[in-house]
Amino acid sequence: MNRTLCIIVLLSLSLALAGCAGKKEAVKPGASPGETISSSAGTTSGAAGAQAGTAQALSGAGSAEAAALAKTAIYFDFDSSEIRPEFVATIAAHGRKLAGDHTLKVRLEGNTDERGSAEYNVALGERRAQAVKRALLLQGATEAELSTVSYGEERPVAAGHDEQAWAQNRRVDIVYLGAR
Amino acid sequence: MTDRHRLLAVLGLLAALGPWASPAHAQLMVQITRGVTTPIPIAIVPFGAESLVPVDVAAVIDADLARSGRFEGLPRTGMLQHPTSATGLDLAQWRLLKTDFVVVGRVAPATGGYRVEFELYNVVTGERLLGYAVPAAADGLRLAAHRAADLIYEKILGVPGAFATRIAYVNVQGPITARRWRLVIADADGENAQVVLESHEPIMSPAWSPDGARLAYVSFEGKMSAVYVQTLATGARERVSARAGINGAPAFSPDGRRLALALSQADGNVDVFVLDLATRSMLRVTDDPAIDTEPNWAPDGLSLFFTSDRAGRPQIYRITLAPGERAKRVTFEGSYNARPRVAPDGKQLAIVTLDQGAYRIAVVDLATGRSRVLSGGHLDEGPSFAPNGQTVLYAARESGRGVLATVAVDSSVTSRISAVDGDVREPAWSPRIGSP
Repeated sequence: MNRTLCIIVLLSLSLALAGCAGKKEAVKPGASPGETISSSAGTTSGAAGAQAGTAQALSGAGSAEAAALAKTAIYFDFDSSEIRPEFVATIAAHGRKLAGDHTLKVRLEGNTDERGSAEYNVALGERRAQAVKRALLLQGATEAELSTVSYGEERPVAAGHDEQAWAQNRRVDIVYLGAR
Repeated sequence: MTDRHRLLAVLGLLAALGPWASPAHAQLMVQITRGVTTPIPIAIVPFGAESLVPVDVAAVIDADLARSGRFEGLPRTGMLQHPTSATGLDLAQWRLLKTDFVVVGRVAPATGGYRVEFELYNVVTGERLLGYAVPAAADGLRLAAHRAADLIYEKILGVPGAFATRIAYVNVQGPITARRWRLVIADADGENAQVVLESHEPIMSPAWSPDGARLAYVSFEGKMSAVYVQTLATGARERVSARAGINGAPAFSPDGRRLALALSQADGNVDVFVLDLATRSMLRVTDDPAIDTEPNWAPDGLSLFFTSDRAGRPQIYRITLAPGERAKRVTFEGSYNARPRVAPDGKQLAIVTLDQGAYRIAVVDLATGRSRVLSGGHLDEGPSFAPNGQTVLYAARESGRGVLATVAVDSSVTSRISAVDGDVREPAWSPRIGSP
């Protein structure tokens, strides 16, 4: 109890500081439930992602592009659908691939961790899939290439019941159809 | 279609196993984890029968009452006599055994099955409290026993029992990479489990029709969510909603004619809708950029409770089904309140709440707005009221395993229901079965 309270106080402090610094991502994975504060400004993140992605492509070696494309899971913070900075390059690479070949079909599968209510989690998973979709559209992917589905908490990849497992389960899988 | 194949496979399985079959993989075990401190002593004497009957009716009644946590049955070995009617019932003897009530009865063959007759006596006053004859189909002796337990429970405690009921749930088995989902219905005592649907894709959110004859649920068998309504007696099912995006959270209206749903638009935004099952017309109920989901009907069918994060975090709201009505917020305590289920009397809600860092089941008093946490787990979800409003059934995690649990609304009694194999999730308590 006291410890929880202490963490909350510290967290509020760090949030306040982060707020002053004008940062959005104040909480890293590892936060316990109910302490994460986020806004669902997926579009803003997507736009930022687009710029970062382009920058990398210009400087980029082909191997970096291949490495980015090899990653097909985008992970999220608790109860958040905001795209974290470390996944901007991955999404940008997939966006470029889709922009370069409009015959491709991709299904964006949204997932959540097991905490909370099942149907609410389906809605949250869809929000995550839509955030990735918007970011891909900004890279030149087309609506016809992209579909979304949310499995909520039904399809975890990690079987555990701790933050380590939950962090892996809060994700959007980028699934190329016909390539499975 | 693969849909049809799977369904046929399941129906075939049921046919092969016969109506009494309890597929081992779907079986449940019910265990009382907390009872009232002074349960009422009662003796259910073995029922008399002229010929061999396939069910020990007294044992089923005894187990039901024990499972309620409010009664303690006298073991048979402690009974000095086994009367089957008022004749031969020496109440003085039962008084010595310190039992408050005694039930005697018999099973007689009747057209199409059996007739279960029983009487309930107050041992102290000698008063005959109940005398009933319950008809039973050839395969309906357990159900007749559950009905008898309901009547006994109501006579002694003043509230109807919820023994002649079923639960629907989802059983998930297999490794994480090769999971199998089964939609199962079982009697409330865990017996008679039958697989309704089996799939390699998720099955979610079973919901009973008010007459207990149909089940609505969400299935991802087509690689996307769709809502189905299945008639349990025939296995016939209909896909009632399969729009692009989310088709979820079905809830039958109290008259059984409409289905409240959560549907998403092309942009992924989820709102609450009501589908008229006969005309297939769809009425939009909420229109908000936030998540609106998990609708549940007020008993009068005039308003819906639902979860929405329109204020930033999920909370419960209520909206009256009339043009121009706006949703009103119902829960204000805490940062996470979701998945409302309305009590049969409409006076309280069972919800999932975030309580000291843990997801737990709470009840909200609608008159005062105050909530009370009922469960003590960390990942409790999916509350469902018993039709008598006395108990809430929910899904919990125990040592990493998905189990079901029940808690009395007054917190006095708890029980755990686990599967022989795999996780159990998404429970839904049925209305009373075939009550007159």
